[in-house]
Amino acid sequence: MKRTALAAPYLVWMGLFTIIPLCIVFYFAFTDSVTGSFTLINLLSIGNYIPIFLRSIWLALVSTVICFVLAYPVAWFIAGCSPLKRRFLYMLVMLPMCMSFLLRTLAWVALLEDTGILNQIIGLLGISPLPMIRTDGAVILGMVYNYLPYMILPLYSVLLKIDHRLIEAAQDLGCSHAQVLRRVIFPLSVPGIVSGFTMVFVPAVSTFYISQKMGSSGTTLIGDVIESQFKAAYNPNLGAALSLILMVMVFICVAIMNRFSHDGGEEVITL
Amino acid sequence: MKRASAFVLALLLTLCLLPTGALATKEQVVNVYNWGQYISDGSDGYLDVNAAFTEATGIKVNYMTFDSNESMYTKLKTGGSAYDVIIPSDYMIARLIDEDMLLPLNFDNIPNYQYIDEAYRNTAYDPDNRYSVPYTWGTTGVIYNSAVVDEADAGSWDLLWNEKYAGKILMFDNPRDAFAIAELRLGQSVNTDDPDELRAAADLLIDQKLLVQSYVMDQIFDRMERGEAWVAPYYAGDYLLMVQENPDLRFYFPEEGFNLFIDAMCIPTCCQNKEAAEAYINFLCSPEVSGQNLEYLGYSTPISAARAYMDESVTGSEIAYPSAETLAAGQSFNFLETSVNQLMDSLWLEVKTYGGVSTVQGACMIAVVVAALLALAVRRIRTRRRLRRRCAKWKA
Amino acid sequence: MKRFNKVFTILVLIFLYVPMLVLAVASFNRGSDIATWSGFTFSQYGELFRDGTLLPLLANSLLLAVISAVVATVLGTMAAIGIHNMRGRLRTATIFVTNIPMTNPEIVTGVSLALLFAFAGTMLKRNDVFSFGTLLVAHVTFNLPYVILSVLPKLSQMEPDLQDAALDLGCTPLQAFFKVMIHEILPGVISGALMSFTMSLDDFVISYFVFGPSFVTLPVEIYNYTKKPLHPKIYALFTLLFAVILLVMVVMNLLQARDESRVGTLRRRKRAS
Repeated sequence: MKRTALAAPYLVWMGLFTIIPLCIVFYFAFTDSVTGSFTLINLLSIGNYIPIFLRSIWLALVSTVICFVLAYPVAWFIAGCSPLKRRFLYMLVMLPMCMSFLLRTLAWVALLEDTGILNQIIGLLGISPLPMIRTDGAVILGMVYNYLPYMILPLYSVLLKIDHRLIEAAQDLGCSHAQVLRRVIFPLSVPGIVSGFTMVFVPAVSTFYISQKMGSSGTTLIGDVIESQFKAAYNPNLGAALSLILMVMVFICVAIMNRFSHDGGEEVITL
Repeated sequence: MKRASAFVLALLLTLCLLPTGALATKEQVVNVYNWGQYISDGSDGYLDVNAAFTEATGIKVNYMTFDSNESMYTKLKTGGSAYDVIIPSDYMIARLIDEDMLLPLNFDNIPNYQYIDEAYRNTAYDPDNRYSVPYTWGTTGVIYNSAVVDEADAGSWDLLWNEKYAGKILMFDNPRDAFAIAELRLGQSVNTDDPDELRAAADLLIDQKLLVQSYVMDQIFDRMERGEAWVAPYYAGDYLLMVQENPDLRFYFPEEGFNLFIDAMCIPTCCQNKEAAEAYINFLCSPEVSGQNLEYLGYSTPISAARAYMDESVTGSEIAYPSAETLAAGQSFNFLETSVNQLMDSLWLEVKTYGGVSTVQGACMIAVVVAALLALAVRRIRTRRRLRRRCAKWKA
Repeated sequence: MKRFNKVFTILVLIFLYVPMLVLAVASFNRGSDIATWSGFTFSQYGELFRDGTLLPLLANSLLLAVISAVVATVLGTMAAIGIHNMRGRLRTATIFVTNIPMTNPEIVTGVSLALLFAFAGTMLKRNDVFSFGTLLVAHVTFNLPYVILSVLPKLSQMEPDLQDAALDLGCTPLQAFFKVMIHEILPGVISGALMSFTMSLDDFVISYFVFGPSFVTLPVEIYNYTKKPLHPKIYALFTLLFAVILLVMVVMNLLQARDESRVGTLRRRKRAS
């Protein structure tokens, strides 16, 4: 078949700019930063960063779950609107994704700081400033805020496709609201849930900007450490080793999540 | 297939040519890599140095900033980026010289070097005056907000470890400056290469970590001016900028001693337009430019002649130009061996990443993982059973 | 239930828009501190256009987004057609490769490309590899999967005989593509291109690792800005961009809605006749 050849440039491109770079990461992870000889030190030192990995996973997981809880009703509501309204709401959810997430996060900093807008408002009521910024909660808020649309959109696209006759059939057969949700709607939206979870969890677990701006000196995430090894302390080898572990970890998580989805395979839901 | 690969090849070739061909214009450009907030940029009616340079020479300035010596070093070491002029600090210049990352300057192109004071020549970091031309010098000290910090607590580096101000203390976000503070507090030399002493300094920094709001560099401006943080160690010159925004801020030289630094202009080996770079260095050394530039910056000039162009309130400042008596307590950073730098880097990473996960978080996470695995297992068993039942039915 | 969802949706939308409102208000603030209001002014907007440091960076970002979206769309559409015709193990492998940049954390993609380019730089003995070229390669790389995944479903929905019919009727494969196939897959191609454009316009993480001094994009510079005291003109730029994007989206929506209602009436008429 000749038409398959059309994918050749793409495959060359991906080979050059996806596979080879990953091989280089692999190579760096196993070499010494000064002598350039083979070493396991970088990978063995991972033990020191286990708390950081755990913290990153934990915060990302909590944010993903919160995103899901917030996104599901919203997606359900939008999917049930009239086409015109639906399109308008879809646009409102899309729009924040087009704006600089760096500045939007900074706006949260301005809102939450000890001398920030919310604390000023609280101060007018005579309450002393609440410690809101630089807590785990603030980091989670930042993650939820930034990645919420990535959860809403895939959920919306599966919920939109659900055949309403199925729901009616279930109701006719005597299902309660809760049962319809649990036995019909929820199972049908699993592919959207899986892709939403992936699209929120992966960027959240590897972020460095949100923890830098919203977190304290104690909420260093794995992304911060990797970034610092490439941008501040010249040690790309340690950075590569950490990236490698992060990558493997994310692939395992995604593989587990994909297991929950029936079709698995190639049908990835995009925006 | 052949056509496709030819297409890819052509595409790649054009990509390689793009940076030099399509986008680069014919005009001369000098790529300057300097600290953030470290040049007079025309705000508040002061001189716009880069614009003035372009006007004087016709060379365009592509100005970029870094936030610490270490990040500048990382950028150079990673390679692939061409800078023509860099302005690191003394100890970093020594390290760059040691690693052959600087080009010797052609002083014929920098006649204004004559104005540099004797005191800033033949320095420890560049003993033969081959690689660098001083830009500014200055000191580090402690800045605090007098509206909330008790005067009685000020005076030494101890203020940065004072639990009364927990969560309101900022700290340097680079290893050398941070370690120096701990070392001074411990009574060590700021140039120690003894692993035990470095370990002790790191432990002191770890002790401090619970009290620290953030490890930051130029964000100190914002945080201190708005009262978000109350105590911070920083460069004296920047204090002079900050106090204009928030008159409650005070500065002192800690009694244990402090860092005395020189920042100097150099040309890295990745330079692509050495003459333009030297013209830029020369321009910044002219007393008039140096005077106007540093009057805005608040840092101290290594060119005495420049003081004629500065306001007396600046040159008379005890903070920008401390007396010889005060300066005697200052220590310069010297060159450290690679192994010492590596040790310091890894200890610094340890400080930055210190802190565990609470047991609740850990327990929850393990619970989540177990639940996920269980759910998978249950599903698998169920589907298998269903299949078996179906098979049994078929057979029946 | 429906009412609860409605209120809930409104609350979530407020949550999404409050920070943007803060930035928009800050752009009219006289002082430079975002959290304290010190009087109304338009001067930030004047400043934005006068000093001309941010607008060229916006132009850079737009240029990069357009070129990378075009390259990714062309390459990606070709690839999607190729993959559509693949069978068996080759197809699985290609889909797997396509999923790598999608699931890989952005920071890992950025870091790996940075290492590749730095390596290429030492090989070619060039000290200016980090430039427009590296940014373009990186952006095309992360855009490609999005294009492919939005074109592939359209290809599988397409009537497979259409293409063969066109060929039987004497079209060259190229003609068949432009006369038949393109019409069928166009919505997928367009949505892929739009997605690429937005993704690369707002990309920070990957750009941050592969940019060079000769070509800086807006998000990278904004990140540099956030390490210093922020100048309020950046809020003015944000607000302007917000207004432009909102306008474009609303217009696009209205046009689409009009098209759809027209199609709807046509259908109804047809049914009536």
